[in-house]
Order: sequence, then structure tokens, then C-alpha cells
Amino acid sequence: MKQEVLYALDTPYRQRMEIEGFRFGSGEKACAIVGGIRGNEVQQMYVCARLVQAFRRLEEQKAILPGNEILVIPCVTRFSMNVGQRFWPLDNTDINRMFPGYDQGETTQRIAAALFEAVKGYRYGIHFASFYLPGDFVPHVRIMNTGYQTASLGNLFGLPYVVMRTPKPIDTTTLNYNWQIWESNAFSLYTRDTDRIDEASAQQAVSAVLRYLSRVGVVKYNCHSGYMSTVINESTLAPVLTPTGGIFRPKKVPGDPVEYGEVIGEILDPLTAELSAPVTATTSGVVFFATDKPLVLEHEVAFKLIRRLHV
Amino acid sequence: MIQKVTGLSMAVHEQLELYKHRYAPKPGNDTGRRVCIVTGIHGDELEGQYVAFLLGRRLKEHPEFLRCTVDVYPAMNPLGINTIQRGVPLFDLDMNRIFPGADDGPAVEYFAHKAVEDMRGADIAIDIHASNIFLRELPQVRISEETAPALVPLAKELNIDFVWVHAAATVLQSTLAHSLNAMGTKCLVVEMGVGMRLTRAYGEQLTEGILNLLRSQGFWSGETQQPRTPLVSKDEVAFLNAGAAGIFMPETLHGTHVRAGQVLGVIADPLTAEEKEVVTSPVDGLLFTLREYPVVYPGSLLARVLKQEVTA
Ligand SMILES: [Zn+2]
Repeated sequence: MKQEVLYALDTPYRQRMEIEGFRFGSGEKACAIVGGIRGNEVQQMYVCARLVQAFRRLEEQKAILPGNEILVIPCVTRFSMNVGQRFWPLDNTDINRMFPGYDQGETTQRIAAALFEAVKGYRYGIHFASFYLPGDFVPHVRIMNTGYQTASLGNLFGLPYVVMRTPKPIDTTTLNYNWQIWESNAFSLYTRDTDRIDEASAQQAVSAVLRYLSRVGVVKYNCHSGYMSTVINESTLAPVLTPTGGIFRPKKVPGDPVEYGEVIGEILDPLTAELSAPVTATTSGVVFFATDKPLVLEHEVAFKLIRRLHV
Repeated sequence: MIQKVTGLSMAVHEQLELYKHRYAPKPGNDTGRRVCIVTGIHGDELEGQYVAFLLGRRLKEHPEFLRCTVDVYPAMNPLGINTIQRGVPLFDLDMNRIFPGADDGPAVEYFAHKAVEDMRGADIAIDIHASNIFLRELPQVRISEETAPALVPLAKELNIDFVWVHAAATVLQSTLAHSLNAMGTKCLVVEMGVGMRLTRAYGEQLTEGILNLLRSQGFWSGETQQPRTPLVSKDEVAFLNAGAAGIFMPETLHGTHVRAGQVLGVIADPLTAEEKEVVTSPVDGLLFTLREYPVVYPGSLLARVLKQEVTA
């Protein structure tokens, strides 16, 4: 294991911000793994830290196959994490909307450029990401439909779902999208939590990455075979919107089956605790995403459902 | 007439509401055309608030001159303005990166969708921005290359200092202006002044410009001042970014002409009492952007200069 400072930035009134990376094995650039790009992505950092541990052991056991180099960057912005802010503290910009970056540009463009320089050119790129809506997911691999992607590789993680996303203009500045444009096979992995640590889903994520890397011939690792992944298109997920504002009480969690018309949550009046409105399933299927906000506006995404296929 | 465009119930017994003020022409004066004046997408940009006020006053003073409907939307992001936040509270994305919104999307996307639907069919829109809290801007219109032929002639009527025609970026396809232009409404984006402040001279300048634009289209029969002739640039802009961290102190006035090598400001370290960087202009030109907020990191934008020959 080689621990390196990949980038350093002088900042006023604080220590230099550094991006630390951990390199394993040697040879061809096989896989780059990136954790917390945002300051609240604690679970994402933790999963990567556990991977650093796992790769160190595998390296000691000579289980990283010759000719393969792996780079892990658990935390890109300790600068935000240390002050409890999701985005860049000075101007509230999101580094995951700055790729591929620009080394002569604004501060966050420079950070993105430095990170991208470090992680580009790898055969596989894995980013532990968080969604712009707070909530819990069924663990899944997300792949951007850029025309360069290989959906079938996503199955090798052995997670329950592989989600294909057709990029919108706003996606063109993410790490995942730019990795693919630069011909890496890019995957975003979503686990259950973001700003709290969930041991079970962290372990699941670590196993998924090791399973993947053993299946593509980068590490030697004995693992359970995982799930037979179901590939779904993100656009086919059915949103369930809150009918009014108030206290949100979910009755289902990700992974639960639901029936069309079933009450899967409720909105309570925040001052009287009386039922304001039920939240009902818009289709039969499985809960893919559930918001974890206790207070909701009207017209928020309470759930996203995977439609059950009628065969 | 004040009209509610859309509303959403918030968590605890409050409605999030979007309002507009519709100024209608007198009977018999209506050309059937409509112009939208939009501002407040970014909650920390306030220059447009003053323009909405001034313009409204002028339209109320002389309704007999009006030949079209003018819809003024002063606060596209009412919660942001109310809470002094650039973005929408409780929402991760920049509001100007989610247009045209979605009927079945999350609350803010729904809100954006309703606003765009309300503007649909307008002939012209002006989306007024005020930079951010970091940078002060001369009144300017920013236009992407593909819309330049249609929009530059309109921008020249707006009494602004500068028209910046820039290369198209995919990410900008999710702005309000892009959505409106795609729907056939000619939308001009104005940037002027600085965040969290009102620059009254700029507000007055743009208000006059909006009336002049209306007049040029036959939508306003009152007198207006001859607009100033803006410089039109196709990306001949020099960017100056900080090389060091510290506090930036400008040494040149914003909006003035500068020469290559002229000192624009210094970056100093208050702890060591040392100057860390002397910032000089790389070119002759117009200093149209200047940093207002003192604390800088390496990379922080300090100034932008429009390259031009300085006539002696
Ligand atoms: Zn703005």
C-alpha cells in the first residue's frame, strides 16, 4: 500500500486541504474508487476506508493479481466534512457538478480537475455517490447511458439492481459521466445511508466491489455470488408524490413489495397529528427509494417504485 | 393586477407561493403581445428587485403608453430571497439548472414547471441576475452563440454596457433562458451589480433600457432615452484567478479601462502581514468584472477584462 497526497490546496485561515489516495498493486491502471465528494458523504467515505483495509490485506496475501493497480480516494473534501457542510464552504458549489474540471479555473473546478487527473485512464471507475433527494435506496449500481457504457458489467457487482440513467444536461458535469466520456467503465454505487454509518449496507458495498474485481480478474477473492441483478431503466421508476405538506410517516421501506392503491405512507397534520392525507402506491411493484425526511412539502418524491412486470 | 401563478403547501401550515404582477394595456391598445420580466431565481441576487419596483412604477404612471401585456415575476425563488440563500432551502440543485422542470418531479421542479408554463407564449422575456456575492458586474447581457442572431439586436436596445456572446455549454440547457428560447420566447439574460446589494444607478439604467426595448418593438409609446451602445464581445475575455489564498483588495475602480500590466489589486496575508500576490491585467481593456468579497482561495475569480484596443 502506498499512501499519497494527490492534490493540495492552500486555503486562508486553515491547514492546506489535501486529497489523500491509497494505491495497491502495480502495473496497468485497473480500478479507481472514489468516496465522499460532498461533505456529508460519511457512509461513502467509510465504505472506501473499509476497502482500503480489505485491499491492504489482499495485497499482503498476494491476492491482487499481477499487472493491476488500484487507487482508492475515500474523501475528496475533508475541508467540507470537517465543518459539516455538504458543499464547498466558501461558495456552496458542488464539486460533483464541476467535472472534468479546469486547472486554471475557480477553486472547485481546480479540485475537480486534480481529482479527475488522478482517476482518469483506469479501466473501471467506481464512485460511491449520494442522491440529490435525501432518502434511502435499495442498494444498486447506477450506470449513465452515454453510448460508451457496458450494462452487463454492472451485473457483476451482484447487487439487487442495475439502474440505467439517460443523462440530462446537468449530469454532464458529474464524475461518472466524464469517466465514461474518457473511456473508463464507470459505475455509481448507492448504499442505504449518507450522513450516518450503516454497517450492514457498508459491508454489502465492500463485498460488491470485491466481487466485481474478482470477476473481472483484478483480485483473487472468494465471495458469495450475490444477487442476480435486475436491470431497470430509471425513467420507468414510478414516482409517488406527497399529496400535501406535513409530517411524513412511511409505512414501507426500500425492498418492500406494494400493491396498486395500497396506503404506503401518510401525511399527518404537524400540529394535531390528525391524518391529512394518505400516500398511495401508483403502481404495483417494489419500493426502490423512500424519502427519510420527517417533514415534507406538497409534491415531493416520497417513494419511487419499480413497476412489477406483467408476464 | 397581482396574480398567483402556483402554490404548494409546506410542512407546517404555510403555502409556498409564486406571484406575478400583470400590467395590461388599456382597451384598444393591445397588440396581443406579452413580455415577461423575471428575476430572483437566485435568492442572493437582489438587483432585479429594484428593477421590478421601478418598472412597475413607470408602467402604473403611464398605462396609456402600454401596447402589450407585461408580466413581472419578482421572486422566482421566494424562499431563497426570504432566507438569504442563493439556492432553494432544502433542495440541492441550483434552481437555474432544473428548467423546464417537470409536472411529476420533486416540488422545486414542479414549481419551475408551473412558472415556465405560465410564461409559455410570451414574445420576449428578460431574466435579471445580479452575479453573486463575490463579484461585481457591469450591466451586461449574456447570450449563447446559437441564439445570438435573434437576441443581439434586442440586447442592443437594453441600454446596457456589454453583450457577451459565449460558447454553448450542455449544462446551460437547463436554464430558464434556454427553456424559454427553445419554446420560442426570446429570452435575454441580464447580469449586473453584485449579490445582496442594490446598485441604484444600474437599476435605473436597466429600467430605462427595458422601456426602450418595449418601444423598439412597438409595445410602448412613451418617450425613452437613446440607449447606450454596448460593446459586443465573442469571448474576447481575459479571466484573472487568484494564485494565492488571503484577502483581496482591489486597487482599480470597477468599470474602468485598464492597460496591460496595470495593478488591479493585491492579495495579502493578515497573519504574516505580507503581500502574497500582486494582480495585474494581462491585456488592455474594460474591467467589467471585479471581485467584491475579500477572502480568496487559489482559483477564486478576481476580475474579468474585455480585451480591446485602448484609444489614446
Ligand atoms: Zn443568478
